[in-house]
Amino acid sequence: MQQTIVNNLSKLGPLIGLVLIMTILGFMSDNFFTLDNLLNLLRQISINALIAFGMTYVILTGGIDLSVGSILAFGSALTAGMLASGMDPLLAVLIGLLAGFAMGAFNGLIITKGKVAPFIATLATMTIFRGATLVYTEGRPITGLSDSFLFEMIGRGYVFGIPFPGILMIIVFFLLFFLLRKTVFGRQVYAVGGNEEAAKLSGIKADRVKIWVYSLTGMLSVLAGIILTSRLNSAQPTAGTMYELDAIAAVVLGGTSLAGGRGRLYGTLIGALIIGVLDNGLNLLNVSSFYQQIVKGGVILLAVLLDRRSK
Amino acid sequence: MAEFVKMTGIDKAFSGNQVLKDVSFDVLPGEVHALMGENGAGKSTLIKVLTGIHPRDGGTIEVRGKEVTFSNPKEAERAGIVVIHQELNIIPHLTVAENMFLGKEMTIGKTGILRKKDMYNQTLENLKRLGVTNIDPNETAGNLSVGRQQMVEIARAVSTNAEMIIMDEPTAALTDREIDSLFDVVESLRKQNVSIVYISHRMEEIFKICDRITVLRDGEYVGTERIADTDFEAVVKMMVGRELGERFPARTSEVGETIFEVKGLSRDGWFDDIDFHVKQGEILGVAGLMGAGRTEIMEAIFGAAKKKKGQVILNGKPLNIKHPQDAIRAGIGFITEDRKDEGLVLHLSIRENIALTNMKAISGKGYISSKKEVNLIDDLIERLHVRTTGREQEVKSLSGGNQQKVVIAKWLGIEPRVLILDEPTRGVDVGAKKEIYNIMNELTEQGVAIIMVSSELPEILGVSDRIMVIHEGKVARFLDREEADQEKIMQAATGGE
Repeated sequence: MQQTIVNNLSKLGPLIGLVLIMTILGFMSDNFFTLDNLLNLLRQISINALIAFGMTYVILTGGIDLSVGSILAFGSALTAGMLASGMDPLLAVLIGLLAGFAMGAFNGLIITKGKVAPFIATLATMTIFRGATLVYTEGRPITGLSDSFLFEMIGRGYVFGIPFPGILMIIVFFLLFFLLRKTVFGRQVYAVGGNEEAAKLSGIKADRVKIWVYSLTGMLSVLAGIILTSRLNSAQPTAGTMYELDAIAAVVLGGTSLAGGRGRLYGTLIGALIIGVLDNGLNLLNVSSFYQQIVKGGVILLAVLLDRRSK
Repeated sequence: MAEFVKMTGIDKAFSGNQVLKDVSFDVLPGEVHALMGENGAGKSTLIKVLTGIHPRDGGTIEVRGKEVTFSNPKEAERAGIVVIHQELNIIPHLTVAENMFLGKEMTIGKTGILRKKDMYNQTLENLKRLGVTNIDPNETAGNLSVGRQQMVEIARAVSTNAEMIIMDEPTAALTDREIDSLFDVVESLRKQNVSIVYISHRMEEIFKICDRITVLRDGEYVGTERIADTDFEAVVKMMVGRELGERFPARTSEVGETIFEVKGLSRDGWFDDIDFHVKQGEILGVAGLMGAGRTEIMEAIFGAAKKKKGQVILNGKPLNIKHPQDAIRAGIGFITEDRKDEGLVLHLSIRENIALTNMKAISGKGYISSKKEVNLIDDLIERLHVRTTGREQEVKSLSGGNQQKVVIAKWLGIEPRVLILDEPTRGVDVGAKKEIYNIMNELTEQGVAIIMVSSELPEILGVSDRIMVIHEGKVARFLDREEADQEKIMQAATGGE
């Protein structure tokens, strides 16, 4: 009985933290709890959240993906390039997503078949994909993109007053949540991360599970990149730099164990919200971006320390 | 003779759950004292209370007649009490001598400069005190066999002038020969008036080397007996609180047609030309020394390890098994020898663990039906008498015997036609052992063919219908139940005629 209460408390920890931060910011700034700002917030976090969802899967299998930012950049540049050359927007987006999937699959293959540690493998591909982006863009932003409704919608659109990227993020969240909790694949993700040997001996093709997980993350990174591209109406070759860190931070803040096998997608959503709320609130309070970084890092550290305490 | 350690009326509860109730335990100087009880009886907790890992709620602890309370194992060590855990405290990349002096290195004055030569000699000396002369202090500890690593750890304990050494399941990972050397060491320690507390599930060992035995049951003190005054049945009765009856249940199944065959299975350097068959409803015991290749053969059959050549035939049809998944689809189950590393995902629930092998039965098109899942899991928990607070309990918090039942449950769900069990009762107490034998019996009655690898000869003899003995990667001999005895098996296992 006592144990279940403690257990539930630790599950609710991130949510309590979020509510606390929001309350404090609400008191400090009159503009924080306005409808406009909250909707704005939803749009702001959608990019990090989408990447962090994929990262959650990767970390659950006991891996890590440092290349998400570079995959984002290459996928967006590719999509933008095709748009600029007049391709059908839907087709361009699909090809972009497919490229993200392929880059992720490449990561997965290196890690499983090449037996390279995920940290090293994705550190290398992070550099490779970034380099490929610079080659493809010749180091310059790609502008003059399509003015099609679809493409504008992705990053800038609203449905019933709600920013479309936010809606997209929430739909993806529910799909991935379902995949993780209700399907055989989701169960396999937890098993592979929890004890790969036992999973294999239970007939699970661990390599295949991992390749899928990295592919999924690659695709989600490009989806985030396309939102970014649509919002800026241009693709930057340096887009997504350091995004992997915010994504990993969101996952960790959400209570997922870096050792794999343990964690929740809902926690990652909360984690992404915490980071987003901090960015947003500190901006409203006109805190300099230098101090913002210190506060953000401090909150992450505090959260992890509190988590250790409760164990 | 005055007791070295005397614990009286020890109470301990964890969050309201009483795990030790009024337990008494005393150890005389120079005696080997067995501490026994089923998994969860409170043995480990008692030791942890003694060495200060857990504070006690009540009772007294005396060492050399003086009342003490240790607040951590370091303090206990200073008082001469050392625990050798099942997981050894050896740093594999350091040498034997470096391990021996870890944290108390010999230096020149306070300079921090090491006196390597002195430590080398002292290490030799420490080992010699145990009668061990075949370990080089400059050898990397990780290169030693588990048995020798254990010797190093015991020598380290003795070098700190330990007067009482607590050994937790010391023989679990040792070969027969290593067990003999361990017993020699225990004997020499006894002569030097060092007390040993010996925790083990292996009844044969207890009767071989111990002087007295104390039994705990459900956190309560049952009694202390001199080994000379008691016997196997009496100890078992003390442990389980009732007559267990026959140690091995009578075999009741009808042995049918040959269902499973292995032909010419080979893997270079591991095993060679393995031929055998199993019939429906039959238990084939696989005996042999540790390292003879038994586990590797089973892994190759199951697709968990490579084979060079050979055929696996089920129901007359050759199978092409490349991954455990192929074996499972064909109806072969494999209960691995190491349940913590290979059998279970420890921090997942009973439900999630059992479900792993049974995804086909509980899902359609990749979607898991919670209802089907819960029904299957609850059925299996009940069928195997898993003692648990419910299907959502983490398997980590189950006792060894119940964990093993969960591993078995994983495989019953697939309704196997052939079930391979590798050391199915290792680290499992007598009560749960018998339940596992009953399950095996039940399965054979349903026509399942069972292959059981075991290093415990009484188990091999008590459970098998037929016995295959492996020696250095080759089949040394087949024995029928009637003709088999310990001597014949050992002879074949060691390469004798």
